[in-house]
Amino acid sequence: MLLYLSRRIVSGLVTLFGITIVSFGVIQLAPGDPAQLQTAQIADAAVSQRVYEQLRQLYGLDRPLHAQYGLWMSRLVRGDLGNSFHDGRRVARKIGEALWPTLSVALISLLATLVVAVPLGIYAAVRQGRPFDRISSTLLYMLYSVPPYVMGMLLILYLGVKLDLLPFRGMRSDHFAELSAWGRFWDVSKHYVMITFCFTFGNLAYYARFVRQNLLEVIRQDYVRTARAKGLPERTVILRHAFRNSLIPLVSLIGLTFPFVLSGSVILEYMFNWPGLGRLYFESVLGRDYPTIMALNFITAVLVLVTTFVADLAYGWVDPRVSYER
Amino acid sequence: MSDRPPSAAPSSAPTVKPAEGMVRTVPAAGRWWSVWRRLRKERLGVAGLVIVVFLLLVATLAPLLANDQPVLCRFDGSIYAPAVIDAVRNVPGASLVVQKRRPFRLATFDFKSEFDPERGDWAVWALVPFGPREIVAEPLRGPSRVHWLGTDQSGRDVLSRMIHGAGISMRVGFLSMGIAAVIGLVLGSIAGYAGKTTDIVISRFIEVVMCFPTFFLILAVLAWFPPRIENVMIVIGLTRWTGVARYARGEILRLRESDYVAAAKSLGFSPARIILRHLLPNAMAPILVSVTFGIAVSILIEAGLSWLGFGVQPPDSSWGTILRAGYENLFTAPHMIPPPCIAIFLAVLSFNLVGDALRDVIDPRLQETRA
Repeated sequence: MLLYLSRRIVSGLVTLFGITIVSFGVIQLAPGDPAQLQTAQIADAAVSQRVYEQLRQLYGLDRPLHAQYGLWMSRLVRGDLGNSFHDGRRVARKIGEALWPTLSVALISLLATLVVAVPLGIYAAVRQGRPFDRISSTLLYMLYSVPPYVMGMLLILYLGVKLDLLPFRGMRSDHFAELSAWGRFWDVSKHYVMITFCFTFGNLAYYARFVRQNLLEVIRQDYVRTARAKGLPERTVILRHAFRNSLIPLVSLIGLTFPFVLSGSVILEYMFNWPGLGRLYFESVLGRDYPTIMALNFITAVLVLVTTFVADLAYGWVDPRVSYER
Repeated sequence: MSDRPPSAAPSSAPTVKPAEGMVRTVPAAGRWWSVWRRLRKERLGVAGLVIVVFLLLVATLAPLLANDQPVLCRFDGSIYAPAVIDAVRNVPGASLVVQKRRPFRLATFDFKSEFDPERGDWAVWALVPFGPREIVAEPLRGPSRVHWLGTDQSGRDVLSRMIHGAGISMRVGFLSMGIAAVIGLVLGSIAGYAGKTTDIVISRFIEVVMCFPTFFLILAVLAWFPPRIENVMIVIGLTRWTGVARYARGEILRLRESDYVAAAKSLGFSPARIILRHLLPNAMAPILVSVTFGIAVSILIEAGLSWLGFGVQPPDSSWGTILRAGYENLFTAPHMIPPPCIAIFLAVLSFNLVGDALRDVIDPRLQETRA
């Protein structure tokens, strides 16, 4: 087990190192730098040139690439993500502010997915081939094929504009300050509804199909037949004997999909004016805010690696047959 | 990479002639034929295929379906077919050879105003007699009998722009997945065949690329290149190859130990020949499934990028840019939102359906679980 852990951690660090180098290269080699972007407005050519040089020096862009990377790396090791080129604020702080809106949506979304998808999948599997199964399968398949941003546009158009039921710009209304405590909670909750749904429905459909499929496979196993033969109630057979064994792939599926929900969606957050990580990333790319882009790439990569790692460990916990020694 | 799956049949006997490339037209009797026969029985898959074919037809025939110049006309005593020429020029490379005759070639020529029935002029128009860039009416008008889907923010016909947008979507879908398939096949088969250190290095590289959320990587790279549709295709291709690579690697790993590979090796064939002629044709089917799903994702990404302003640039039309125009005029022109939504949904749905059916047909293990 210890050997497995250390091997995984070392290979994860190697991957992470590769990721930082690729990101750094992609970002820094792009033509046009932030200094150029920020001095483009200055009319006087001489002044513009002088400010440009000063900015490049300030940002450290005048140094060779490997020196810049070394500097970034040494800061990172000390836990410093640097300052934004855009407004000079600490990158860690900017990310911290954007983290909660994205994280909260991701968590609610995951919870809602599991709460709805698991019972739905089980029920459909038990009723295999009956009308409920057929209809829910077809609907879920269609739902799965709706792109999140298409769903977002349709929700905004019909629920937001035509019926005027739900707000769709940002996290709170303009008159937020005047509301009572309950009113504020209600206001924020309403803002969460549509964007959370857009993050959820695709995964929900996928998970439900997945649960159904896995359960169908398990139901055909001998030990399920044995459980039935023992005269156990159908409920116990399905939930205790069959479903628990179909959990295994579900755990790794969560590990595979969750980090991508966590990193936010550029389009959805932009569409709903949501102050999350996706929008921060988009704005950083537009403004060539190198430290913020690097930090976001790095954090996302860490999240992906950590969640797949945790999922692998959970795998062993759910399924004692899995051995980490090889 | 073309629109069709390469028609490579598994070679039954070592062929005499040395490699002339992967695609060989052996009379179809092998695996692909049986795949097609079984695919025909998958109702949903066939439905998906029908939509795919429909979208491809709309994409290729777009100039004949929506055009500001007629399909066939008599103008000033001569017969012209400008829209047909447009359709022919749509074929890659043909625009260098085929040109419209004067005066239809001229940018300043406006057939609709020069049209004069008194002179004996007549015209057979396209289904939608408006060009995708032609300003035809007041901006942001709702659907009417003349403009079935209304007009956009510049007063252009939305239906015409939707039809021409299909071309963009299909091109991006197929070409970017073509690029991705080539990269994935090359890296995946090298990793699978060579094994050892090469495999470890390539596998790690695949893992690195997979760790980036694709969309982030695409945005970062597009900050590099000017946002043009060709660049969008290349970037999507460069980032979406990991699935194909992993499939190819896995299949080659599986097939590498087969007897026929051992036979080929003992005959002294080069690794390139063994991979291209003996391994890949047999590994192609699962890879095709991955490519089909990839096309759906590429179409999705293209529309999303165009929505963000990183994809197709005005005045060209894409489903994503139409959707964006609808978003920006939410309260005044909601009629621009449903059409691109439906189109994107149908495109994604149809490729998913085909991909699922293909997988069920190709992978016997999955077939058992469906019984």
